[in-house]
Amino acid sequence: MRSGIFAGLLLVTVSAATAFAQGAPIKLADVAELSGGGATVGNNWKNGIDLAIEEINAKGGVLGRKLEVTHADSQSNPGVARAQVQKALDNEPYVLLGPGYSGSVKVTSPLAAEAGITQIMGGEAAELTQGGNKFLFRTSFGQQSSMPKVAKYINDELKAKSVAIVWVNNDFGKGGRDVISKEFAKYNIKVAADLSTEAGQADFAADVSKIKAAAPDAVFIYLNEEESARILKELKRQAVAVPLVGETTLIGQKVVELAGDAANGARGHVGLTTDAPVDLVKAFRDKFVKKYNYVPDHNGLKGYLAIYMVKATTEKMGKVDAKKFADTLHGLTIKAASEPGILMDVTFDEKGDIDRQGFLVEIVEGKQVVKQVLPKLN
Amino acid sequence: MSNLLDLLVAGLATGAIYALVAVGFTLLWQTSQTINFAQGEFVMLPAFLMLAVMHAGAPFWLAIILGILLSLLLLGLGFKLLLVDPMLRHGVLPLAIATMALAIGMKEAVKQFFSAEASPFPSIVPAGDVWILGRVVSVQSLGVLALAIAVVIGLTALLNRTSIGHQMQATAQNPTVARIIGVPVERMILLTFLINAFLVALASLLITPIYLAKFSSGEVLGQAAFIAAIVGGFNQVRGAIAGGLLIGVVDNLAAAYVSTQYRAAVPLILLIVIILFRPQGLLGRPEERTV
Repeated sequence: MRSGIFAGLLLVTVSAATAFAQGAPIKLADVAELSGGGATVGNNWKNGIDLAIEEINAKGGVLGRKLEVTHADSQSNPGVARAQVQKALDNEPYVLLGPGYSGSVKVTSPLAAEAGITQIMGGEAAELTQGGNKFLFRTSFGQQSSMPKVAKYINDELKAKSVAIVWVNNDFGKGGRDVISKEFAKYNIKVAADLSTEAGQADFAADVSKIKAAAPDAVFIYLNEEESARILKELKRQAVAVPLVGETTLIGQKVVELAGDAANGARGHVGLTTDAPVDLVKAFRDKFVKKYNYVPDHNGLKGYLAIYMVKATTEKMGKVDAKKFADTLHGLTIKAASEPGILMDVTFDEKGDIDRQGFLVEIVEGKQVVKQVLPKLN
Repeated sequence: MSNLLDLLVAGLATGAIYALVAVGFTLLWQTSQTINFAQGEFVMLPAFLMLAVMHAGAPFWLAIILGILLSLLLLGLGFKLLLVDPMLRHGVLPLAIATMALAIGMKEAVKQFFSAEASPFPSIVPAGDVWILGRVVSVQSLGVLALAIAVVIGLTALLNRTSIGHQMQATAQNPTVARIIGVPVERMILLTFLINAFLVALASLLITPIYLAKFSSGEVLGQAAFIAAIVGGFNQVRGAIAGGLLIGVVDNLAAAYVSTQYRAAVPLILLIVIILFRPQGLLGRPEERTV
């Protein structure tokens, strides 16, 4: 009897010691567009995060500690996003993840910076990393990196002299429109029509009629995923035959699923695609499909590698230190050879912008086909 | 000019769908003094019912039939028996609020049980183009317009040319007198709910391939149809039809010739102007009140 009590006490002591050695879970907070207009963005992002955390925890976690994430829904609304981020920061997370919409990032990034918490987000608006915020990091190219490539492609490959621009009237769309307009000016490409649309817009008949009336050589489409699908269908309905060019959101997997045949022929630059000719990306795609039973868009990749950014940076520091996290990530290069979860070699500059390979793709028979691989700059 | 033709055809096609939904507003108002603020969600739901049937392995044509039958059951019979009848005895305002709650409940339920993301939906009208007056016009736009017009003509014929239609109109004009002269008023009211359920299911079938199936898609549609019903005349089916077509065309022309940024404001401005100068709507009749 006495030996039984002793064995029990020993077991409890050993378990407690092991738990102490492993430490408490590392708490991460995610605020994403789980419903509303950006539901595709947010749900892919969330699933990518969950997949990465599951993998890392199965292998023992980060520095022996498990990762734990809470997901909050911004409802694709910047006001709700701000409230959710404030709530998340009150719980003192190690790193804040999301949101995906640039407008939501814009209103939440000052909160994270004030709290000294690193924010790894999915927004692409150029201005996000231009304001000197030292705690904000991208998982994808900003518009200042991607738009020059798109404009060069339109000029060099398509030889277009006039282009109609269709953009969504929010921070994301306006940022893209402003940057691409400047790039077009450099090539003396005329903007034949400059059409702003609303987020969540259902009917694009009038917009497409205006495009037809402007008779451009190409159309540059910079809308969110669902609206991209709707305008592609309308462009097909009204038999617009000129090249349709975009950036990431025009040629994502969800757009192809929603637009069906109408997506064929759409082309553009993507920073991330599951169709990239990269073995680690293909392996990610297989794991994702096995777990969730659908092919993710670029947001799934973003969420996944955001977690591996956390892992690589923490292991570089050798300790879990929220205050030093951002300093360590600035200027850091993460090699895919040593950290396969990062998928491709990446470097983060002093502004939090990302540098890595990019891809020019075209939708052919419902699938993204990579036409060119654009190399990492540095 | 040729651009105007494109805009008119597209506007009329969208407007015809608004008209189908707006007719439901007027039918329910006329026969049972019900303002259904969940009418937009009533258009959203049938698409998901059809998708659910398809996901179970059924072909599209069977999904359409089952979707319409389920709509008749849930949005016609169920709506009347479970919500309108119990609430109407408390007055029109509590019922209107109850339909707002129903709209929220329907959206959240679809989001929870189906998905927050949009889903593609097949079209019953084939893709392709035809040439009209030297312009390419999509078969889908024409098909949607033709189907919607056929239904509206059929509905108008039912109301004006058949005994059942006359009984429905009698019920709408004065249920007490109609009951005295032997009209089965309750059955006529139920029939109105079933017709509304059929119309929203058809509108869902026509518009979802373009708008995509999404839990929130009823918001825009419900608002546009409500404006259309008021602009045309809330107490006249022909008013709702005219209002629907007018809103569809005005929306498109405003986006093309005024501003794409302020297109959403134009139907609202039209609504305010019409209420100011003709409160009963373009084709509506003034409501008389006895004291």
